[in-house]
Amino acid sequence: MSPAVDTAHLKPGFENPVLDSQATFRAILDAFSFPGRRQTVDRVPDPPAPLMPATAAYLLMIADLDTPVWLDAGANVKPVRDFLRFHCGCPLPEEPAEAAFAIVTAPSRAPRLGKFAQGNELYPDRAATVVFQTASFSDGPAVTARGPGINDTIEFKPDGMPDWFWRDWAVNHAGYPLGIDVLLACGAEVIGMPRSIYLET
Amino acid sequence: MVDTLSPKQAKRRAWMGTLAKGTVDEIENAWAGLGFAPDYTWLRKPEFGSTMIRARAGGTGDPFNLGEATLTRCALRLADGTTGYAYVLGRSARHAELAALCDALLQTEEHNAAVEKVVIAPLAAAQAKRNEDESRRANATKVDFLAMARGVSLTSKVAYEDKGYQKS
Repeated sequence: MSPAVDTAHLKPGFENPVLDSQATFRAILDAFSFPGRRQTVDRVPDPPAPLMPATAAYLLMIADLDTPVWLDAGANVKPVRDFLRFHCGCPLPEEPAEAAFAIVTAPSRAPRLGKFAQGNELYPDRAATVVFQTASFSDGPAVTARGPGINDTIEFKPDGMPDWFWRDWAVNHAGYPLGIDVLLACGAEVIGMPRSIYLET
Repeated sequence: MVDTLSPKQAKRRAWMGTLAKGTVDEIENAWAGLGFAPDYTWLRKPEFGSTMIRARAGGTGDPFNLGEATLTRCALRLADGTTGYAYVLGRSARHAELAALCDALLQTEEHNAAVEKVVIAPLAAAQAKRNEDESRRANATKVDFLAMARGVSLTSKVAYEDKGYQKS
């Protein structure tokens, strides 16, 4: 049995569950439809540390009993586990490969992209969506994205992403239709990076 | 299932049941009688859902699914960190809110006695009365199988003969 949720310090979920999750869904849909463009996901102003508002809102909107959520070492703390257990009721697996959604709070120490569920030929949708929390979208090295949903090219500058990430992304992109999707989060903003896009550093 | 509730849990189960079975008006009145409005934050605002009602044939048979029922649930936290939960049948957000507030207050030392006296006791009494009225109404229409069971059931036979009929 899992230990009881510490409700005395639990952070509240959406203020207005229906409207807030709809707004969040719309923003995430836009993020993956228009890769590289910033979208605002700010319906959870007070998330449990170290989750960012955008990460917490994304999980509240999408995670439930059927979606295992993997947390990296930084996020795997009691306030976060309690938050997810209470509001989403989602399983919290130990292995990244078992997760439908994964949260990475320290990109430099993240598992390589191949460690996450890639989906299979019959069900490519069973691949994981991985959230990378970054410090900034404008202070890091420039990345140029090209592909469906992008008019010509678009540039963004995520801070703190490890060098291997871009090499792994090339492999991830080459494996299309398999491969993971990535959501970059920074505060209350997100940038979507579906497996269909090509990235150049 | 073996019942292994601690006395504290058993008490909480009892008051949560009483709160869930009361009507909104009853609770609203009792709450007004209590006369205070504690500060609280929502952990989970009242939301509707459905739950499967399960039962056992004759109370002892195998469990079966009776059907789904609409349910409202919510959770809130008082300023001192005590959390109150409510799961009530139907779609009354106010009912769930008041039940959760009472649940939270009943867990605190300082308000337990007051809430128990002003809210729970009258609710329980009203429910007991409803149950009694119900069984009285049911009893009034109870079919006496006297004629069919004539001579077989001792009590029926006595009742029959008491009414002045003679056995042929």
